[in-house]
Amino acid sequence: MPRQSDSGTDALSIDSAVVRDLLVGFVRNEVRKVGFERVVVGLSGGVDSALSAAIACAALGPANVLPVLMPYRTSSSASEADARAVCAHLGLTPTLVDISPQIDAYFEGFPDADRGRRGNKMARERMTILYDKSWAHHALVIGTSNKTELLLGYSTLFGDMASALNPLGDLYKTQVWALAHAMSLPAAVIDKAPSADLWEGQSDEQELGFAYPLVDAVLYHMVDERRTRAELRALGFEDEFVEDIGRRVRLSQYKRRPPIIAKLSARTIDRDFRYPRDWGT
Amino acid sequence: MTVTGAPPAETTVLPPAPGPQATTAGPPGDGTDVVVTLAQIAPRLGDVAANLERHLELIADAESGGAALVVFPELSLTGYFLKDLVPDVALREQADELLRLAAASESIDVVAGCVLESDDARFYNAGLYFSGGRIHHVHRKVYLPTYGLFDEARYLAQGDRFRSFAAPLRVAVPPRPWTAGMLVCEDMWHPTAVGLLARQGIELFICPSASPGRGVVRGHALGTARSYDSMTRTYAQLFTSYLLYCNRVGFEDGISFWGGSRVVGPDGRLLDDPAGDDDCLVTHRIDLAAVRRARIANPLLRDERHDINDAETERLRNRRALD
Repeated sequence: MPRQSDSGTDALSIDSAVVRDLLVGFVRNEVRKVGFERVVVGLSGGVDSALSAAIACAALGPANVLPVLMPYRTSSSASEADARAVCAHLGLTPTLVDISPQIDAYFEGFPDADRGRRGNKMARERMTILYDKSWAHHALVIGTSNKTELLLGYSTLFGDMASALNPLGDLYKTQVWALAHAMSLPAAVIDKAPSADLWEGQSDEQELGFAYPLVDAVLYHMVDERRTRAELRALGFEDEFVEDIGRRVRLSQYKRRPPIIAKLSARTIDRDFRYPRDWGT
Repeated sequence: MTVTGAPPAETTVLPPAPGPQATTAGPPGDGTDVVVTLAQIAPRLGDVAANLERHLELIADAESGGAALVVFPELSLTGYFLKDLVPDVALREQADELLRLAAASESIDVVAGCVLESDDARFYNAGLYFSGGRIHHVHRKVYLPTYGLFDEARYLAQGDRFRSFAAPLRVAVPPRPWTAGMLVCEDMWHPTAVGLLARQGIELFICPSASPGRGVVRGHALGTARSYDSMTRTYAQLFTSYLLYCNRVGFEDGISFWGGSRVVGPDGRLLDDPAGDDDCLVTHRIDLAAVRRARIANPLLRDERHDINDAETERLRNRRALD
């Protein structure tokens, strides 16, 4: 692990009480000002969705949080058990939608599809279910993507990245862990190895090739502190690693932006037609 | 980058190998004339290394085409819509990249654009004039558009002067240097800036630009292209000077740049149709004799009443002081 920067002994440490209050206020404000009371959240059994659900519960009350479990037949049974444990802990009643029938029906026509393609399809299937529940229950979809995965592009565009509001998008994975601890979420959910669970045995850190504390540290110094390559080297990060992470951030930039529009007129949406998002509230 | 000196057939375009100058750049004058080339390129956004190589290639092309000056568009080394990339692509005056460009200016003058970083970490949208192997003149863009689709003042520092300078234009061995001044894109939209340069003596306006195309509903041509057409002709004619307008082409984040680079003579007439929106070199011969003729026909600069301008400006300044 590289040395810590001179900006603090532990740059990524957060004041959990302050962050919790801010995020709870954020959810309450963003949901209510657009005329909603309820949210829907997809629970995977992982720590991110558990934390989003917990924040939503604190903001709106458990009665206004609709958790949806959407396993595929190869999803780990432990994931579902963990998701149910989170629901029990938060006082939520989960809805279960098995996505196996529609996924299998679709890929019958494309039997050669690799697991990446199947995983993306599953993530987008879940998105359509959440947005269907959103309509059915007049509830906004609450996001679960953390800053680490958003910066690395380690998520599915229009799949798990899709949401109406995302309380976790500015928290690195290690900060998600810290906040989840502080909010007393079940230890089993926090302590297990992170996984997108898109195929059997999938592990984030194995797939990414590095551990979250390390990548969070380099991202923090690159993105938040805008350290130069030389400074990162002096902090103890290896050039190759820094280059790899920088490349991932650059190459996934398109995922963090709305679809590109060809400029024709004097006022182009998202370019020089720029009202606040709150314009309609 | 689709074109390396092989743009569509157009008389204004330089072939890759040195071609007969007289046909591409007009008839030679009496030793008062020089050939200038506008490098209407599409810089790669944020890729200084690739853009530098492209500059060096085209400088060599322009030089072998007999040009005394090659002008690149605004922010030609970096691309335009940089946003948070500004500090990442910024160069100090001593930067290797600029030294390499300077080295390429031993026998041809070069105007290129970059983000120039000062000692106190300010970032300027700068037009650099290289000549004789060094940076000969720097213009830091004064008017940073920050409205509509533009965000320059969020990222960049404002320049604070408009200065004319002696442009050596070394190749043709002119009888003397040309008096030149630089206006970078939005600077042109402020006639006071143009007037200030003219007052210091001017024969050659050098105008690098990164003008996005927009306003398609207003008629056949893009609205911005029409505005620049009218400005470039008007300035050249009113100040009886040549005007080199080098706009970029290509796309950045869905926004297109319309090109249309052109040389306007001191009588306000384009030397040829403006370039299209292709990556190309535009080459013309310009002649101090034409400046002289225009000033004989229209002695506007001779008749300019700077004293009235000064007196009235002083009066307005004093009145403001009393407010």
